[in-house]
Amino acid sequence: MSKIGDKIKIHPLYVRIFHWINAVAMVLMIMSGWQIYNASPLFEWLEFPRSLTLGGWLGGGLQFHFAVMWVFVINLLIYFFVSILSGHYRRSMFPVTPMSILRDLGKALRGRLPHDVGHYNSVQKISYIGVIVLMLTVFLSGLAIWKSVQFQTIGLLFGGYEGARLVHFICMSLICAFIVMHLVLVAIVPSTFIPMITGWARKSAPVEKGVDHVA
Amino acid sequence: MLLKRRLAPLMLERTQPILNIERRAFMKQTLSLGALALLTGCDSIEDNTPVDRILKAMSNWNDKAQGAIFDPNKLALTYEQKDVVDPFRFNAFYGEDEVVVVAEADYKLELSGMIADKASWTLAQLRELPQQSQITRHICVEGWSLIGKWGGPSFGDFLRKVGADTTAKYVGFKCADEYFTSLDMATALHPQTTMALTFNDKTIEPRNGFPFKIRVPTKLGFKNPKHVMEIFVTNDYPGGYWENQGYNWFSGA
Ligand code: HEM
Repeated sequence: MSKIGDKIKIHPLYVRIFHWINAVAMVLMIMSGWQIYNASPLFEWLEFPRSLTLGGWLGGGLQFHFAVMWVFVINLLIYFFVSILSGHYRRSMFPVTPMSILRDLGKALRGRLPHDVGHYNSVQKISYIGVIVLMLTVFLSGLAIWKSVQFQTIGLLFGGYEGARLVHFICMSLICAFIVMHLVLVAIVPSTFIPMITGWARKSAPVEKGVDHVA
Repeated sequence: MLLKRRLAPLMLERTQPILNIERRAFMKQTLSLGALALLTGCDSIEDNTPVDRILKAMSNWNDKAQGAIFDPNKLALTYEQKDVVDPFRFNAFYGEDEVVVVAEADYKLELSGMIADKASWTLAQLRELPQQSQITRHICVEGWSLIGKWGGPSFGDFLRKVGADTTAKYVGFKCADEYFTSLDMATALHPQTTMALTFNDKTIEPRNGFPFKIRVPTKLGFKNPKHVMEIFVTNDYPGGYWENQGYNWFSGA
């Protein structure tokens, strides 16, 4: 048994590789996506500042989007299937019940949610599950927009071409919300950052007395 | 109104070379972020940067991927008469006041390249061919889409009739407004690809492509050339107006 202070491996290599490739790919996809959005905004009141867009003009934005999408999708699918097969999701993200989420959310709001090294709390679990579902949905709706005739069956799931566009946009917005929350949480508990690179963390005190990682 | 207001800056951006230079400079700034992210050791951000080359290579790869995904028998969804938008939206690389009006009397469709019978065609002759029509969704590269009804001879039947070499790779189009583009042969032969002499059962208006527009429901809008003056069949990549500026060539739907 490992004791407090021992080094333990908390993130497998494939998760770390996925995570950092994904972080870069996601940012490039979002910035080039905003460029494409601006060419024909879905909502009159929303245009993205040019300085936050990638590609310089619509053609450049499309080139980035359609180049990086391969990296984003292949990386995501490898991570997704390996995580299922290896039991990573079963161990790290489940079970997660509505009660446990409410309880952890309550604790978090009171600033008493312990961050137990190597275990995700319910709020983390549900937001990771959520963002993984969102990334899969953004991929599928993207396919339906990219090849609206060849993948029209997928398109119908989203209510056709225009429906898929809207779903794609909503997923992007929620992913952005996740990223903001995710970065805030990492900033509040910076000790989680290095392990996401090296895989190793020092075992902290048990959850009940977890005082050193209170978020 | 709103759409026009939004489109105006886009149009300028595309047609004015001065803005083009600004855009380049801007691209260099934004590209450098991509460069940082995608590769290391990229210090000279010239016109043909490693990032540009990667993007170009990926666009060529996307042409191949789309060619592989393309199912010659898969039909675009069709809609009902009530969904048709008429008058249809005008869209080109110039403003609506600059629309070319081709005179019907002098009009001749020229054929060239790998085609057995290169005799030219008058509009009357084209109208005598068997006609087909479909109500399909026009999807613009910018993202918007509108439903319209286009009718005219099947383009595949036409190509076969004039003895086009259907084993060739490309069919190219030259237009009265100096626009040009090209299709892969498989898409040219797709059953829904139509020489659209009519829009919503009326002769197609100049603003929508008179004398005719090649209506390709399996492609993005800019792959649907208007005011077609010449059609040629070739194995040499013909490119296109937008394609040469960076839009993906295949641009299938
Ligand atoms: C530079 C930006 C980012 C930083 C600094 C960062 C940091 C981290 C850290 C430290 C963890 C581990 C949390 C823990 O052990 O408690 C983590 C996990 C995770 N992050 Fe990020 N992240 C970033 C961007 C993103 C983005 C853009 C996404 C997706 C949209 C994302 C999705 C995830 C997911 C799904 C996990 C859980 C992975 C697993 O265990 O399978 N992250 N991140």
